[in-house]
Amino acid sequence: MTVLTNMFFSFVAAASFGIMFNVPKSLLFKCGTVGMAGWMVYYFLSEHSIDSLPATIAASFTIALIGHVYARVYKTPVIIFTIAGIIPLVPGGTAYRAMRSFVQNDYNAGINLAAKAFMISGSIALGLILSDVFYQLILRKKAPAEKKQA
Amino acid sequence: MGALNTIGVIRLDALLEKQYDIMDVSLLAGKIMLENGAETYRVEDTMMRIALSYGIEESHSFVTPTGIMFSIETDEPTKTKLIRISKRTTDLYKVSAVNAISRRISAGELTVSEAYKELKAIQRAPMFFSFLVQIAAAASTSGCFVILLKGSWDNMIPAMLSGALAYFLLLKVADIVPTMFFSEFIAALAGGAAAYVLFRLGLGSDLDRIIVGTLIPLVPGLLITNAVRDLMAGHFLSGLAKGAEALLTALAIGTGIAVVMTFI
Repeated sequence: MTVLTNMFFSFVAAASFGIMFNVPKSLLFKCGTVGMAGWMVYYFLSEHSIDSLPATIAASFTIALIGHVYARVYKTPVIIFTIAGIIPLVPGGTAYRAMRSFVQNDYNAGINLAAKAFMISGSIALGLILSDVFYQLILRKKAPAEKKQA
Repeated sequence: MGALNTIGVIRLDALLEKQYDIMDVSLLAGKIMLENGAETYRVEDTMMRIALSYGIEESHSFVTPTGIMFSIETDEPTKTKLIRISKRTTDLYKVSAVNAISRRISAGELTVSEAYKELKAIQRAPMFFSFLVQIAAAASTSGCFVILLKGSWDNMIPAMLSGALAYFLLLKVADIVPTMFFSEFIAALAGGAAAYVLFRLGLGSDLDRIIVGTLIPLVPGLLITNAVRDLMAGHFLSGLAKGAEALLTALAIGTGIAVVMTFI
């Protein structure tokens, strides 16, 4: 049941973010699936007590990979899918708790949490980068003569 | 003799005009993409592709978040144009529409003037989703986050209400006060205050999760993604500029919510 709830809400969250960025209507559903896939990877890994950093890297890797495939199939820029997809991974809660600690003059806890939020943001970026590299390697192997389009 | 010269001049004029038209189409495409949230390398790539499809073998584009320089090399002396980009919003429909036009140009389906007309139409197109739908989407994002962060169901309604208010202010304040980051600050401030008021009124049980949900629609997700992609594509100037913008946006949100928390 929790799995289904998570799937549903991550889908709706990513699709709603797509609406806020005015993603074409026909692609909203795909944005939702990308966000859902990424969040489910993160969810399952963290449920199996894997640290949030590797879980985030794996999730954003998945998101960008699906995004690249969609971009190629539907001939649209890849950012349309990745932006909506990474939103559930953003360390909003950690950043908020860091800010609250700072305001309460608890600088030690604040810096801890801020560093964690920063590392998670870095993991999102790293996952996206790894995925780009991976995708380009596959593409080159598959079709060496073909020019890069998406 | 005189007549021949005239014909030559007319021909040259027509050629020059055509080259300038091609530049205009490329620049317009680049401008629309950059203003609506495309990555820098995609803008450069699209502009050069369009020029190439119209027979300009060598062209150079230099794109930063605040301006585009574009020059084409032909038999004539190099022609260069510069346009300034002052406002940037996010409208991914326009990015993908221009991308589609660029593909059609590459396939040879559009003449220069047809392409220019279509691009102008895209530039003028209003947001596909109305203002109200966007506010509703922000509310739905806020509500979903409460659940994703393992919050209980009763926190969803207050998060949706304050999230909608925060996003409404984010869009509206930017129209009234053009200062950068001010609208993010006000949105976080008002959103946090609204979350607190709703919490005190008995809606919801977990103030922290309500506030996090409220702030999620303000997160600069596009900037983060594009900064990374630009840096990796070797566009250090744009990547750093966008990274700085994302960081300052996050700081503005943090400051706004910090002000609220000082009074709680």
